[in-house]
Amino acid sequence: MSLSSLFALTLPTTVPLQGFLAVAAVLFCTGVWGLINSRNAVRVLMSIELMLNGVNINLMAFSSYLDGQLIRGQVFTIFVITVAAAEAAVGLAILLSLYRNRDTVDMERFNLLRW
Amino acid sequence: MSIADSTQFLCFLALSAAVLLGALGVVLLPNIVYSAFLLGGVFLAVAGLYLLLNASFVAAAQMMIYVGAVNVLILFAIMLVNKKETLEAIPGLGVRRILSGAVCAGLLGLLLRVDFTTPWALPGPVSIGEGATIRIGEHLFSDYLLPFELASVLLLMAMIGAIVLARRDVFSSDVITGEGVDQGLIEKARTPLLLEKNLQIQPVLEKTP
Repeated sequence: MSLSSLFALTLPTTVPLQGFLAVAAVLFCTGVWGLINSRNAVRVLMSIELMLNGVNINLMAFSSYLDGQLIRGQVFTIFVITVAAAEAAVGLAILLSLYRNRDTVDMERFNLLRW
Repeated sequence: MSIADSTQFLCFLALSAAVLLGALGVVLLPNIVYSAFLLGGVFLAVAGLYLLLNASFVAAAQMMIYVGAVNVLILFAIMLVNKKETLEAIPGLGVRRILSGAVCAGLLGLLLRVDFTTPWALPGPVSIGEGATIRIGEHLFSDYLLPFELASVLLLMAMIGAIVLARRDVFSSDVITGEGVDQGLIEKARTPLLLEKNLQIQPVLEKTP
C-alpha cells in the first residue's frame, strides 16, 4: 500500500472547521493565562498579542468556511491587525515611560493607582 | 493551486502544533528573549494557517505587520528595558497560578464544547479562492470605507502618542545658563544637564572639533 493511499485511508478528507476553532480556543486561553500570571510587563504585551491572534484565526476560519463569497471575516481580521499594531506601539511606549519612572518592569510593583 | 487533501491536513497538524507549543513557550519560558523569538514563530505559523484558509493577502499582511513590525518592536522594548532584577517572592503565588489555570481551563472547556456541539451551517458557499484580494479591496473602498479611514486616523494618533509617551523628558531651558537646550543636547557635544553643576561648559565646547 502506497503512502498516499494510507494517508487517504487514515486522515479525514478535509480540515474541519472545528479544528481551526479548537486551535484558536487553546491559543486564546494560553494568552489569558499568560496575561494574568506574567510578572514581566513585556510578556503581558506578548500575551495580548497571542489572544488577538486566536481571535483572528477564529474570524478567518468562519470567513473561509461559512462566508466564502463575501469574505467579511478577512476584512475584520485586517482591522484587528491594524488595531493590534497601534496597541503594541502605545503599550510599549507606556512601558518605557513606566520603566523610567519606577526603574522596574515587575507588574506587582506597578501599584500607582492602588488606593 | 490545490494540494492534496491529506497533505493539507498534515500541514494543518504541523502548523497547529507549532502555534500551540510556541504559545506555551511564550508564556512559560523564563528567558524573555526566547519568548520574543518564539512569538515570531507563532506569528509565522498563524500566517501559514491563513494560507491554508485561502487567504494569501491576510497571510502577507500578518507576515509584514506582526513578524516585521510588532515582533521587532517587542525585541526593541526588551533591549531598552533589559535589566536583570530578582523578583521578590509574593505570598500565595502558587495558589494564584493554580486558580487562574483552573479558570482558563474552564474557559477552554466552554469554548471547546461550543465548538464541537454547535451545528455549523456547513458546507457554506464556495470559497472565492484567488479572488480574495480583489474582494477585500472592494470591501475596503465601499461598505467598510468609514472603518478604513478611522483606522488610518487611529494609526496616526497611535504614532504621535507613542512618540510623546516614549520621548525622554528634557528641560526646555538650561538650568545654569538659561538658554534653550532642546536641540542643543543632540547637536552640540556638551555635558548633559544637571550632572555636574560646577563644571564650566565653555571649555568643553571649545575642545570639540
